[in-house]
This record gives sequence, C-alpha cells and structure tokens, in this order.
Amino acid sequence: MKTLRKIGLVFGVGLAAAFCAGQANAEELTGTLKNIKETGAITLGFRDSSIPFSYLDDNQKPIGFAMDICYKIVDAVKKELKLDKLEVKLNPVTSSTRIPLLANGTIDLECGSTTNNSDRQKQIAFTNTHFLTASRFVSKKSSKINSIDDLKGKSVVSTSGTTNIKQLTEANAARNLNVNIIAAKDHAEAFLMVETDRAVAFVMDDILLASLVAGSKEPSAYAISTDAFSKPEPYGIMLRKDDPAFKKVVDGATAALYQSPDGLKLYDKWFMQKIPPKGLNLNTPIGPELKHEFAKPSDSPDPDSYKAM
Amino acid sequence: MFANFDFDVIRRSLGYLFFDGMTFTLMLTSLSAFGGLVFGTLIALMRLSSLRLLGRIAGLYVDLIRSLPLVLVIFWFYFLVPYIGQWVTGSSRPIHVGAFTSSLVTFIMFEAAYFSEIMRAGIQSISKGQPAAAQALGLTYSQTMRYVVLPQAFHNMLPVLLTQTIVLFQDTSLVYVVSIPDFLGAASKVAQRDGRLVEMYLFAAMVYFVISCIASFGVRRLQTRIAFVH
Amino acid sequence: MNYHWNWHIFLEPGPDGSGSYLGLLLSGLVVTIETALCAWIIALVLGSIVGVLRTLPSKTASWIGFAYVEFFRNMPLLVQLFLWFFVLPELLPPSWGLWMKQMSHAPFYTAAIGIGLFMSARVAEQLRAGIGSLPRGQMLAATALGLTTVQAYRYVLLPMAFRIIMPPLTSEFLNTIKNTSVAITIGLVELTGEARSMQEFSFQVFEAFTGATVLYLLINILVVTAMRLLERGLAVPGYITGK
Repeated sequence: MKTLRKIGLVFGVGLAAAFCAGQANAEELTGTLKNIKETGAITLGFRDSSIPFSYLDDNQKPIGFAMDICYKIVDAVKKELKLDKLEVKLNPVTSSTRIPLLANGTIDLECGSTTNNSDRQKQIAFTNTHFLTASRFVSKKSSKINSIDDLKGKSVVSTSGTTNIKQLTEANAARNLNVNIIAAKDHAEAFLMVETDRAVAFVMDDILLASLVAGSKEPSAYAISTDAFSKPEPYGIMLRKDDPAFKKVVDGATAALYQSPDGLKLYDKWFMQKIPPKGLNLNTPIGPELKHEFAKPSDSPDPDSYKAM
Repeated sequence: MFANFDFDVIRRSLGYLFFDGMTFTLMLTSLSAFGGLVFGTLIALMRLSSLRLLGRIAGLYVDLIRSLPLVLVIFWFYFLVPYIGQWVTGSSRPIHVGAFTSSLVTFIMFEAAYFSEIMRAGIQSISKGQPAAAQALGLTYSQTMRYVVLPQAFHNMLPVLLTQTIVLFQDTSLVYVVSIPDFLGAASKVAQRDGRLVEMYLFAAMVYFVISCIASFGVRRLQTRIAFVH
Repeated sequence: MNYHWNWHIFLEPGPDGSGSYLGLLLSGLVVTIETALCAWIIALVLGSIVGVLRTLPSKTASWIGFAYVEFFRNMPLLVQLFLWFFVLPELLPPSWGLWMKQMSHAPFYTAAIGIGLFMSARVAEQLRAGIGSLPRGQMLAATALGLTTVQAYRYVLLPMAFRIIMPPLTSEFLNTIKNTSVAITIGLVELTGEARSMQEFSFQVFEAFTGATVLYLLINILVVTAMRLLERGLAVPGYITGK
C-alpha cells in the first residue's frame, strides 16, 4: 500500500513536472505547498530556549539562527507559489511535541535544534544541516564531575523527547550507571535544575549547554564535560515526510543560503556577535566540518558523512 | 529573607503576563465554559432521552472522559484534533489547528462531561409535573426543554456551574505541559529566562488565588440569594 | 488518516534496556498508584482534622478550617506543586533547601505531599457536609449521655458521617489518582509521563496514549468496584446510604 502510494506520488510528480515544466499551478500542487497556497499561511514551530537557534527575546518573540533560516525558506516558498502575501504563523513546540505536531499539520516547518538521525527520518524529513554538535553534559565545577562515570548514582537531568535523553537512558542501562534521570520540559528548565542543585548534571548538545552557561548568572561556575555521549551530530530543520515538492523548495532555499556569502554572514550574526536579549557573544567560530557542509549542503543523518576537506 | 530576590522582574513583565498570558487564560476559560455548557446540556439531554442507544453513548463518553487525567486529555487532543478536523472536513491531509483552537476544543470536550453531570442533576431536580403540564399544553419536546425545563435547571444549578467554571479557570494552567503560553506559561517563561522562579511563581500563585477567591465569594453570595428567592 | 498504526510497539524493547514499552507503561502505573495512595492518606488525615474543625462551635477553630480550605482550593494544583518544588527550598535556610533538593525521589515526595494537601481541602469540605447532614439530635443526644465533644465525634458523628460521604470520597480518591499526572511538570515519571516518553522514543503517539487511557480506565473500574463493596459492607441498616 505504502509503496503503491509512493509509486503513485513519483508518477504524479513526474507527470506534473513533464506537463507544466516547474510552473506552480494550484491544480498540480501537492502536500504542504498546496496547503500553503490555499490558506495563504505557513506555520513555523519555534522553541522557548534553544539559544541561539530558536528562542524568545525580551518581547517574547521567537528569534535565532534557525528562525532566520526559516524566514529565508518562507521567502522561497512565497516566490515559488508566486504569492504577494504569505502570512507566517508561529506555534511553540517542545522537544516532546515537535514531531507529532509536525506530523499532524499544526506546524509546517520546525525551526530549532533538532538532531537529524535515521530513526527520526523514518517519521519526518530534514532539510540541509545547519549545525553539528555533540552530546555532552554541564555541571557545577564545585561538584567535581569530570567524566561520565562520575555521574554514577547521581540525579541527572535532560530534556524530554531529545536524542540526548535517549543516549543517556541507553548509556545508563549499558554501563550500569544507576543514574536517576529527570526529564525536563525544555532546556531552560533543565539548566535550572542544575543551577538550583536539583540535578548534578544536564546532558544536552554542547552548543546549547554553552549558550545556557554563557547566559547564566555566574558563567564561571559551570564546566562542560570533555566526555561526550555522541559524535558531533547534524541539526536540521524538520518538514513532513513524503512531500518531495515542498522538500525541493526547502532544500533549494537552504542550499542557496548556505552556499552564498549570506550563509556565513548569518552564522556570524548568531555565533560571533552579540545576540539579544542579554547581549552575550557565544564566540564559536564555524568548524571546518560545518564549513565544508555549507559549501556542499547535505541532509545526511550520518555523523560520519560530515568530514572537513 | 527576600533580600536576594528581585521583585522588579514582575513589574517589568506585567504587560506580557497580563496582555498575552492572562488574556489567553480568560478567553480560554470563558469560551470553554460556554462551549462546555452547550455540549454538556446536549449530552445531559441525550442521557435522559428515551432512546436507549443515545443514552448509552452519552454515558460512555462521560465515564470515559471522567476517568482520564486532564493532562493526558490535553496531550491526546493536541495531537489528535487536526486528524479529527481532517475526518470532519473530508480533507486529504490533517488540517491546521492553532494552539488556542486546539486547547479550546480540548477544554470544551473535557468540561462538557463535567457540565453534563451538573445539568443532568438540574434537569432531574425539576418535578415531573412540569414537563407533563407543558406537554398537556401542547408544547413539543424541544419547546418543553427550551421554555420550561432548561431555564429552571440552569437557574438552580448556576452556583454549581460557576464553581465548576472556577475549577476550569485553574485547570487551564495545565496547557503548560504542551508549552502553550497561558498566564502560568508566560510567568514560567519569564521565570526561566531571568532565573527568577521564586518571584514569578509566588506572584502567579497570588494572582490565581485572588481571582479564584473573589469569584468563589461572588458565587457564595449568589447562592444565598438564590436560596432566599426559593 | 495518514498515520501509521503499529500496535506491536508495546512488545518492542524500550530504550532503557529493561523490557518492552508495555513494561515502561506498567512501571508508570505503579508510580501513579504509589503516589496516589500516599497522597490519599495525607488527604484523609488532614482533611478529617480540618473538616472537624469547621464544624466545631468555636469561631476560631472554624475560621482556621475555612482559611485552610480556601488556601488550598483557590490555587491551581500545578501552581501549588511549583510552590512546593521550586519556591519552598529557596525560602528555607540554604542547608535545608539543599537537603530537600538533593533528596532522592524529591519529585515523588513533593507530589505525594502537594497533592495530599490539595485533596485534603476537598476531603474536609465533604466531611463538613457529611457532619452537617446529620440530624442535630445526634450531637445533643451524645452530650446528654455525658459524652465529651471528642467522644461524641469519635463514637457518634464521625462513624456516621464517613459512611454517608463514602460515594463522594470515592470520586475524590479517583481525582487523586488523576491528579498525580500533574506531577509530570516537576519530573515525576508516572503513567502519563511514561506514555509521553513512549511517544517520544517510539514516535507511536496514539498507541502510547491509548495504552495509558486503557490503564487509567482499568484502575477506575477497579477502584469503583472495590468501593462499592466497601460501601455495602459498611452500610448502616435502616439508614439510606446510596441506592
């Protein structure tokens, strides 16, 4: 049934391409593009505290690196559909709700810090990678936790619905760590658990940890582990699966952005300069792997495919 | 004891807390109470109808919803409503439903089960002679309900309905679990952003307390007035 | 509906290496029941005390009972749990606060106590109504027999009142079970919490929530049946308690 539908889809797309040679006509549109054309609106899912990818500024408006990328995608969609006006709706998501809310049509694009892996690719699709980050943990320097083994028997927090909490759960079982795992709703809440000594460590992608530490009341009190739970994994913006027409537009828009000088400029804006609301500077120069990926954009879920040349 | 707390954070975020957060909470409360009452009355009428099957279905619905925690129901509906919409409209894909609409549908469907029990008690409290008299006067079933039974049931049950609405007002805070920014969600966002949990949560608790207290005081006065009239 | 159902997911191994997803939900069920029972004991004990306070002739006693009930009834349970979990330890002397926060199973204790206090206000109201529904003659007769106030409550009023309020207490106990799910906001992984993690790990949203729904229905049926039997066993002959 599924393969049949796929064949039908491929056939349909092929036909559409053959007959109108890329012309966007409402009749031939499918999936998300059709929806956007009909409703004149696109909905972006944003995060509360994935700094600097997608988070709320002082006026509680979502901003960030991934949000800016999404707005570029919105421009491309608008152009593709030849719309004069395209309303952008925003819907908050958490790590726990983002995949079901994307699947059920509440959001069309998830603009945040979602790790692209093959497990998730069975449910949803990702566009070109916008960052690479490894899973580590942050703890207070005073608690003297230097390695994963030091976590034994302690309370450790992670955000529910992330790859990180899954890696922690698996490591806990495989290495007999006997860690008491606390699931927090979002990154800010999880970090607060460490700040208020409810948990000794917070397992998360190192870039998110670094920005939470930088924005905390006392950045020098925290240390991010050198031990990692994973290799650097790719982040991607999520869209619905089996929607090749929409994916083509999104992939095209992100590839064009990353390959142009604007891509690096955008990276610079969020990682090398002061960012709102507190004016902190993350000072994280682009790594050679990501630089290479920007030159040759890829949506591969395989961490090993991201090599510096 | 409050020396290292910064209560100024509340003043700075008042606009967001009330214009965004409280507006959401109050809109959600009032619309859900209204929708819940309408659907609840329909369910109560179904349960009391002479059609067995109708009564059975309504009874099952009420029992099912009342067995489930609201948090689980919120998760269910947040993920399910677009599919229901797809099924209702016959569209080819799940329809887009925003956070507010989705929570509104959730609370209407949830509260309908509770309101229906109140309305059922209210309808049953009216003496059998009244609908019989109405029918003797030649009123149809819907006219009897519309002009004779329901207004009295509603009037008698008003204090209980309002008390349930206060519970609903407090329950809307549970949309926090899916990160929808109601009043508490707004407070917790500010709290987490500025690391001011103590100040913001104390303030939120106070606001809920004052509003609920005033409302339940009002209901109590109403109750004595209704009791006096009878 | 373009959703891929997979009911076999319950038998597939979960990420924690200990067993299947069904096992995950069942372990959540155990936490739900444990939390609810602890909370219910607290609610019954405190609720009885406060309920009695509200019916005493002393103005002060009934005012204290009134203030207690209003305090716990007029704040959302979620906010109350936040107060106990996030706010209270910060207001205490630092060493106490730290002890509270680093206690293992802190979410469990906070949930049991927080939900217990929240429900105690409701139990108190039910008990007050129950005592109020007894004919005034009972108290007068008890006093005339020479019973002290304590004795009158212990041997005459409370045994009757508790039998009368059995049905509403059953539904308050069911509410206690349902309310444990609010504690997922302070990190307690009970049945709803496990359903949520099953959803996150397996991506089978509706199967996970269906599993939790079925388990909640089962506990409900179990509690209602058990309470019916208990009510029947405790019924006072010649006194109308339920139908």
